[in-house]
Parts: sequence; structure tokens; C-alpha cells
Amino acid sequence: MLKYIIPLILFVVIAVFLALGLKLKPNEIPSPLLNKPAPAFTAPKLTAPEQKLSPEDLKGKVWLLNVWASWCVSCREEHPVLNQMAKQQAAIIIGLNYKDDPEAGKSWLSTLGNPYNDSVMDRDGRIGIDWGVYGVPETFVMDKQGIVRYKHTGPVTGDDVQMTFLPLIAKLQGEP
Amino acid sequence: MKHWLPLALLALSLQAKAVDTYRLPDPAQQKTYESIISELRCLVCQNQTIADSNAELAADLRRQVFEMLQQGKSKDEIHQFMTQRYGDFVLYNPPFKAKTGLLWLGPLVFLMIGFAVLVIFQRRKKKAGTVVFDKDKQERIRRLLSENTENGEQS
Repeated sequence: MLKYIIPLILFVVIAVFLALGLKLKPNEIPSPLLNKPAPAFTAPKLTAPEQKLSPEDLKGKVWLLNVWASWCVSCREEHPVLNQMAKQQAAIIIGLNYKDDPEAGKSWLSTLGNPYNDSVMDRDGRIGIDWGVYGVPETFVMDKQGIVRYKHTGPVTGDDVQMTFLPLIAKLQGEP
Repeated sequence: MKHWLPLALLALSLQAKAVDTYRLPDPAQQKTYESIISELRCLVCQNQTIADSNAELAADLRRQVFEMLQQGKSKDEIHQFMTQRYGDFVLYNPPFKAKTGLLWLGPLVFLMIGFAVLVIFQRRKKKAGTVVFDKDKQERIRRLLSENTENGEQS
């Protein structure tokens, strides 16, 4: 009897591990920033470099930080979704133009549309390091207290907006 | 006139080796720098350290480590800086805690399972080897075996 049970148990154990392995996403590293204050920065705006923007300025508002760059292929895929989302005006969307040439960034926005209330420049990637950015695009959601409540790695899809972002934003808008 | 070709290729390969040239004045600090960057994971190409990787993020992180050492930060402070931003995953040598317990103890558990199986099999073998048959049984076995070999020879 044992002769049959041991291979069966082994099979089940291996099958379960392999099945779990299929669902793992090694590219999505859990952010240690979750439920912590948004990392501070003071960065020049892309369209008006003499003006600066800091997360402090957005206290009391629910806002998104979307990390993008004109060299980033997945950002192009994500862009129409952001444009659509911006139309709904559910939350403020700030763009972090990551390691990009400002001119290329500006022409990207003028040709593809600008979903951002403001974009700030991070030319040498230092703000990116503070936010733990490792794969563009990335999107963070901050509550009214300036706490990071959600992080999405990779391009945001229409489904993500409907199923995750909008419900979360609605919930955060209701919080003090 | 092909002599110049290998030389030119060699020159290229030498250039390809130097990724960037961060040099700290103190040799001890330089050593710390090199050990730190060879223990941090590049998050873009996850099976490489930031010392090995040519990804832009790896270059930025090397610069970050270099600058922090210049500012006199310790290895622990740099590790802390990195884990606060990227999590324990960034460390090739993650700290031992509840979350990473399986990672550290897993191999030990498997080793122990291996030993247990080995011991069980050995015991079984021994038991099988020490079974004592009485004389009648031994006689029967001998007969059966000799019958078998006779049959084998015939066919």
C-alpha cells in the first residue's frame, strides 16, 4: 500500500508547488513603501522647470504618481489608459518623468496627450531610487495623509483601472 | 593585412570590461564598495548583482553606493538604505527572520528528509538481511533455486 501512497504524495506535492510557481510573478517585488509616507522630493516641473513640485504640496488630496519615460515601450501601451482615467478626474495624477530627455518627454506629451496634472523631472534617477523604482512604468497611489497605499508595477490596463484603481481612489476620497 | 583585426577586437574587449570607474581613495573603502555591490541584487535582471549588471538601474545603484561611502556611511547604513526602498529582495544575503525563514532553513529541512529516508532504507535492508529461516525453509529455498537454474540451463 505504501508503495502507491508515497509516489502519490510526492506527485501531489510537486504538482501543488509547480501550480503555485505558475502564478508567481517574480517581476513584481512587494514594495516596502506600502503604508509608509511618500518619499519626499522637490523636483522641477517638466513644462515649467523654474517651478518645483513636492509631495508636501499634495497633502489633503488623493493622488497618483505615475513613473514614465519617452524611451519606455510599455508606457506607450499604458498611455491611452491614463488619458482615459484622467478624463474621469477621480484623483490628481502626477507624472515622474524618469531618466528622460525633457524635450523628448514634452514632445511625447504633445503627441500622445497629457493625462498628468503635472509632470516632474527626475533626470538622474535619484527620486526613482527613493521610491524603489526598478521597472518603468510604475504607479503609486497616495491617500490624503500622503501615505503610499498601493503600488502597481508595469503598465496599468483598463481592467486595473476599473477593478483596482477607481475603487481604491473612491475609498481613499472618503477617508479624512 | 589582417594583423590589426585581432588587436582591434582585443582593444574592444578591454573597453567592454570596464563598466564604470568609481575609485575610492582608501583601499579598504574600495574593498567595502566592491563587496557591497557584489551583494546587492539588480532588480531589473534579477539573477545578477549590481556589480555584474549593465542595466541603467544597476549603474545608478552603484553610483548611490559610491556616494554613500564617500559620505562616510557604513555598510549597514547602505544595506538599510537599499532595503527601505527595495525590500529584502535586494540583498543576496537576506537577514534571517520569519519571512525569510523558509529560505534559510529549507535546505536544512531537505537535508534532514534525505537523511531520514537514508536511515529508513538502511534499517529495512538490515532487517531483511538478518531474517533467520529455519532448516526446513532453507532446504526449500535451496531446492527452488537449484530448480530455477536447471530450468534456465535447459531453455
